[in-house]
Amino acid sequence: MATINDVVLKIATVNGTGSASANGLLLKSIFRMGIPVVGKNFFPSNIQGLPTWYEIRVTSDGYQSRSDHVDLMVAMNAQTYARDLAEVASGGWLLYDSTWPRHRQLDRDDVTVLGVPLSKMCNESFDGARARILMKNIAYVGAVAALLDIDLDTITSLLEQTFAEKKHLVASNMQAIRLGYDYARENFVCPLPKKVATMTGTDDHIIIDGNTAAGLGCMYAGATVGAWYPITPSTSLMDAFRSFCSKYRVDPETGARTYCIIQAEDELSAIGMVLGAAWNGARSFTPTSGPGISLMSEFIGFAYYAEIPTVIFNVQRTGPSTGMPTRTQQADLMSCAYASHGDTKHVLLFPADPNECFSMAQSAFDHAERLQTPVIVMMDLDIGMNDWMVPDLEFDDSKIPDRGKVFTAEQLEEMDAFYRYLDVDGDGIPYRSLPGVHEKGSYFTRGSGHTRYGAYTEDSAAYKDVLDRLLVKWETARATLPEAEIEYSKFNKAGLLTIGSGHGACKEARDRLAEQKVNLNYCRVRAFPFGEDVREFIAQHDVVYVVEQNRDAQLRSMLMLDIDADPAKLVSLLHYDGMPLNARFVIDKVLEEVAKGCAA
Amino acid sequence: MSYIAKPKVAHPNMPKNKLGLTARDYEGTVSTLCAGCGHDSVTAAIIQAVFELNIEPQMLAKMSGIGCSSKTPAYFVSGSHGFNSVHGRMPSVTTGANAANRSLTYIGVSGDGDSLSIGAGQFVHAIRRNLNMCYIIENNGVYGLTKGQFSASADIGTRPKKGEPNRQEPIDPVSTAISLGATYIARSFSGDKEQLVPLIQGALMHEGFALVDVISPCVTFNDHEGSTKSYAHTRQHYHHVVDADYIPPAEEIKAAYKEGSAMAVELHDGSKIVLRKVDDEYDPTSRAASFKYLRERFNVGEITTGLLYIDESRKEMHDLMGNVQTPMCQLPLDALHPGSDELKKILNRYR
Repeated sequence: MATINDVVLKIATVNGTGSASANGLLLKSIFRMGIPVVGKNFFPSNIQGLPTWYEIRVTSDGYQSRSDHVDLMVAMNAQTYARDLAEVASGGWLLYDSTWPRHRQLDRDDVTVLGVPLSKMCNESFDGARARILMKNIAYVGAVAALLDIDLDTITSLLEQTFAEKKHLVASNMQAIRLGYDYARENFVCPLPKKVATMTGTDDHIIIDGNTAAGLGCMYAGATVGAWYPITPSTSLMDAFRSFCSKYRVDPETGARTYCIIQAEDELSAIGMVLGAAWNGARSFTPTSGPGISLMSEFIGFAYYAEIPTVIFNVQRTGPSTGMPTRTQQADLMSCAYASHGDTKHVLLFPADPNECFSMAQSAFDHAERLQTPVIVMMDLDIGMNDWMVPDLEFDDSKIPDRGKVFTAEQLEEMDAFYRYLDVDGDGIPYRSLPGVHEKGSYFTRGSGHTRYGAYTEDSAAYKDVLDRLLVKWETARATLPEAEIEYSKFNKAGLLTIGSGHGACKEARDRLAEQKVNLNYCRVRAFPFGEDVREFIAQHDVVYVVEQNRDAQLRSMLMLDIDADPAKLVSLLHYDGMPLNARFVIDKVLEEVAKGCAA
Repeated sequence: MSYIAKPKVAHPNMPKNKLGLTARDYEGTVSTLCAGCGHDSVTAAIIQAVFELNIEPQMLAKMSGIGCSSKTPAYFVSGSHGFNSVHGRMPSVTTGANAANRSLTYIGVSGDGDSLSIGAGQFVHAIRRNLNMCYIIENNGVYGLTKGQFSASADIGTRPKKGEPNRQEPIDPVSTAISLGATYIARSFSGDKEQLVPLIQGALMHEGFALVDVISPCVTFNDHEGSTKSYAHTRQHYHHVVDADYIPPAEEIKAAYKEGSAMAVELHDGSKIVLRKVDDEYDPTSRAASFKYLRERFNVGEITTGLLYIDESRKEMHDLMGNVQTPMCQLPLDALHPGSDELKKILNRYR
């Protein structure tokens, strides 16, 4: 079927061959033609030599989730040729490097195979093994451009911008692109029936990954201390923070830095540094992933009990244990919500895309300082490392950050005595004092049992008094955290509920299901503890499909534990194979459940 | 009961420091440790050291982990903030605290279990960063709070109250610190206040990582015959190599010393540590020589004490990174980002 601006392109390569820049070039060129597009990277936990894929979904509707099929496969990796061919949708195309022969038995009658002698052409045109390998990847960009009708001028201007400092590279890259482009034009009917055409669907939008957006958010939030231990897939968050700080946080005259990034010896140390810095009044944070959360748990409990503002970004990957470090999941919900021994529970934020990573990175510090407790921003690999098209990030210069309840030197001076854990306002949040400000503000921060006055205790009533007051604070958190995104019609008796990166697929699935007369209300939860709006949403429906990316229905359990949601109403749709969620999964599962309901 | 405050009654003739405070003003709550515990002597030495250095109480930060030693920050300078963290993690908390506010003076009190077993990794990496702090290890060779198990610093052949003698090689914090490049390394004995006070003062004023390993006998679990960290054993095998006097920057060096038997090392703030060489062979500015000497003495059963190594040339953590002098926590948030107009420019990179 012929389409315009509705095509899925997948590129199979070997990692470490420079294909990332070629794929980025394709994605950006389509975006610059004004066409909504999304890029998903499926890469191995390896540096060089293993198969890697990049999927580009061109969608005029602007849906952000992964597609469920492939129209054009660029098969550059002989190792995965057979499975790559098998993945192409009926009626689709496969482009391969015809420099080398191909097994006849790998043919499919319903797929058109397009051979382009990429290696041969590049070997003839370029010198040196490295250049030949890199240019072979750039050459397929040219062939794809011809096949899909991507504007060559757009590609050229993008290259000129990318290589502004190294002009000679523009010429060689364009030469490689022309090799592929001209060969395709001469040998195939170009463009294919599925092609792209300039539109105006990307105004006021950018293409960015969540880790970069969160790192930028930390810089805008005024974070000064970042402590971390490298772990996939969170590493690029600190890389981004460092990169922005090196530009905007260095005094042009003295060279002095107003940021302090410490690469810790492990995650236990990273979180300890965050606590120490926050105790002293700096905005501090650590990015990590599941295994890091396990290691940080003792300190997270300490921060809960000693009431220290703490910001953690958990870019979730698959578990258990090491799991698949380069695959995505939402399987750390429970381990973060209830991290550490004893009665502890923690504030979680669930950004749905990089735009929200930017805004929630900032509000995480506000909530942490207001509530004096750990706040964990629950990202995942899909949001953190993939290229999303999102509305422009916005920053309000007039907004005053919330630094929470901190006594000044003057306030302390006027007091008879300062007691750290007194609930004077009735919201469960005491006032704190910072070291170095006033002698009267001094207190002993401890994880051992303490009274409302901050003194050590083994007295049951005094201990319980503080523990119960923390529950008052929990309710304050519930009332002040971001509300859920809800779409409600009183005519619908069933609802769809999800978090984080499930949003894109659920949104698309709802539209498709509506076309089939299955109408669902929608609730996209943005924070834990869950607000009154979430409780109400569940109460309003006969059935709520809970879509989450883990095996054990952790979100469903949390709804039961935190707001006493009726388990009979909550039907789990669980996706946990490590790939980003797509709409097809949600549609099929909902239809299955609907059919069951009809049969009953 | 560590929350019992001491009465704040001072004798009218008690000496005052330059801030007009008496030593009583630098005390904390009543100690809950066993009577005769070496740690209480260390607490007393810290109080004297801080009092004499005229440190404003709120400008001192008291850091600790878990264990008998880690309880002691409650027993000194109640006008300072204290952070009694989790077991073995005092160095990381102090690293973060210092990253946020470099204007405070950090004193960390740890023990041999806290620093050499569960917290060995953090101890090592704080040294590597040359974190500006005074790090005291109250070293008694046993776990007191859990009733007498050996720690990693227990010597071979030392006997517990019950059970078999230790057969594993001890970890010596001093030689470990020398090998890692710590920039101020001292060892003393809790029962020798005269030696200990100036060593702590030098450590507090040193810009960089300053270790003071204090042999501090455990009267309850490690002060019997057969223990190598008992009062009796320590006194018998105690070997001064270098005594130190701490001289504040404003005062002249008054300590009497013979030419050739003493040397002054200037600290970053202009104050001086004067080293009186009790032992002529010892050179506290050579890592290699210090290490060799310590091992040789150790092999003949001697505990070498004094200022064992000093290097004033290496930069501390912030200066290694090139950070601003203003404490990070005092920078106004709106000065830390380029605003919405610049954000628009940043976004152009992502189009």
